[in-house]
Amino acid sequence: MGHYVLRRVLQMIPVFLGATLLIFLMVYSLPGDPIAAMFGDKAADPATVANLRHQYYLDQPLWKQYLHYMNNIFHLDFGTSFTGRPVSEIMADAFPVTIRLALVAFFFEIVIGLPLGLIAGLKRGSVADTVVLLLTLVVISIPVFVLGYIAQTVFAINLGWVTATVQDSRDISQLILPGLVLASLSLAYVARLTRTSIGENLRADYMRTAVAKGLPRRTVIGRHLLRNSLIPVVTFLGTDLGALMGGAIVTEGIFNIAGVGNVLYKAINQKEGPTVVGIVTVLVLVYLVASLVVDLLYAVLDPRIRYA
Amino acid sequence: MPDRNDAIPDDHDPLRNIQPTDSDHLDYVGQQGMAVEQETLIEPDPVKREQARSLWGDAWRDLRRRPIFLISAVLILLLVLIAIFPGLFTSTDPRAADLTNNYLRRPDWSDFFGAGWFGYDGQGRSIYARVIYGARASITVGICVTLAVTLLGGLAGMTAGYFGGWIDAVISRITDIFFGIPLLLGALVLLNAFATRNVWSVVIALAFLGWTQLARVMRGSVITVKQSDYVVAGRALGAGTGRLMFRHILPNAIAPVIVVATIALGGYITAEATLSFLGIGLQDPTISWGVDISSAQKVIRQAPFALFFPAAALSITVLAFIMLGDAVRDALDPKLR
Repeated sequence: MGHYVLRRVLQMIPVFLGATLLIFLMVYSLPGDPIAAMFGDKAADPATVANLRHQYYLDQPLWKQYLHYMNNIFHLDFGTSFTGRPVSEIMADAFPVTIRLALVAFFFEIVIGLPLGLIAGLKRGSVADTVVLLLTLVVISIPVFVLGYIAQTVFAINLGWVTATVQDSRDISQLILPGLVLASLSLAYVARLTRTSIGENLRADYMRTAVAKGLPRRTVIGRHLLRNSLIPVVTFLGTDLGALMGGAIVTEGIFNIAGVGNVLYKAINQKEGPTVVGIVTVLVLVYLVASLVVDLLYAVLDPRIRYA
Repeated sequence: MPDRNDAIPDDHDPLRNIQPTDSDHLDYVGQQGMAVEQETLIEPDPVKREQARSLWGDAWRDLRRRPIFLISAVLILLLVLIAIFPGLFTSTDPRAADLTNNYLRRPDWSDFFGAGWFGYDGQGRSIYARVIYGARASITVGICVTLAVTLLGGLAGMTAGYFGGWIDAVISRITDIFFGIPLLLGALVLLNAFATRNVWSVVIALAFLGWTQLARVMRGSVITVKQSDYVVAGRALGAGTGRLMFRHILPNAIAPVIVVATIALGGYITAEATLSFLGIGLQDPTISWGVDISSAQKVIRQAPFALFFPAAALSITVLAFIMLGDAVRDALDPKLR
């Protein structure tokens, strides 16, 4: 177990370095001069420009910039954005908001997606199964930005049940609608994945044994069927938690939530290199850790899996 | 979003994960369950072969009987026709803006296939004509990105799976690196660098970041297939690397790749629309449903139909490709029979 974790963590290092390098190159080697943009239409004083370039290490070759940046990261210094605000401060503001939203969405995925998949999987070919299949197909086909607008128009503007935008993300009731919209796509996947997995495991020998030895239905489904069927679902949910953090650009934009997606979108448009690289670095880390946790969870779900 | 797909795993036997022969397998499980599960979608079925029915012939026989396949195939043919010859479906210029025809004029249902059928948008352009002309961008992006990622990812996965060893390690790590960057995010950053963006810049950005999923599927599939007896026999008879790869392994390993690629196609169309909606994808003069939906936001209260029609066209297109992918997967997966 310890060995396995160690090996995995070691393998994460090159992936982490590579992914940050890739995003660093994409942000800094592409055309567009952020320093010139800081002056807007005004003519820039060459001395000031040179000074600023030096301050942000933009006068160094790209590889030196990257080494400098990575060195700072290991000291937990994410640098300063071009507006002068420390990137760590920007992230400290945005991440709690996004984490709350992601948790609400995650909650809906499990609470709605799993039961739907369970019902459909247990009664294959029934009306309920067909309804779940059709509904999920529709949800998967409608892009999130369309779904978001429809939900906002119907529930906030026409019916007035909720506020159209989120004023205070600490108020969970305001996050319900955006959370549902954000969860919709993954919810559909979770339902379909659970359905298939349940359907396959229903035919397994151990299920026949469990039924034959007279176990109550609850135990058969809960302990035997569900536990065995959950592995692919857990895989999906684990990686999805990472995706929810960074993939909320559209949802956060529609509901005006000041989370990571929103900040990132603005930063990309304003060529705010330090902010973009900083946030993406954290997102890559979250994703790597999430995938490790998922693998370790397998052993909990299925005792046959042992990590030597 | 597009890096997910609707693929339903058919193999989650946990014991696979601890097979010593495939030591790297564990690494992938957590990172994208989907890809792993599809690795062994297809297993050549010796019984079928004896009956002189190939997997493909069998799949085709099966597909023709599925209503879901027929519906999606007809829809896709129609969409492709619209994309190639939009002039056949409308005689209105989609860019002609006449402010006297503003969005306050409701859709005129009696005006079949005419300019006013779906009403007019905020700038007095015919929504019907724009929906028709918008198909080209979506279909082109979807098909081109899918072809590019299948080629790129297929080649990378084939090389990694066939040669194994350090080549596999290097390619797999590179795949991991690209996989760690969310598709939409990376595409936003990349596309920001293009001063003017057209269909091809969007295709390049999405293909550059999107090939990893297919590389993983292909790698897994090739690893399974290359252990087969007929590959060993081919090698024993002196077949070269190229012949083994493309004549023996590829035809037997490609099925799961095709399934994943078909389902992913719908995802790329969504990705393009999302990017255009965010203002970093396609831009004028390209007509795109994403751009139209984005500009319809401004008049959503007065003219909800300006948002509805392009959104419906987009959803139907994505739906058609996802249904096709579903049907192809069911037909190619012998386990579900």
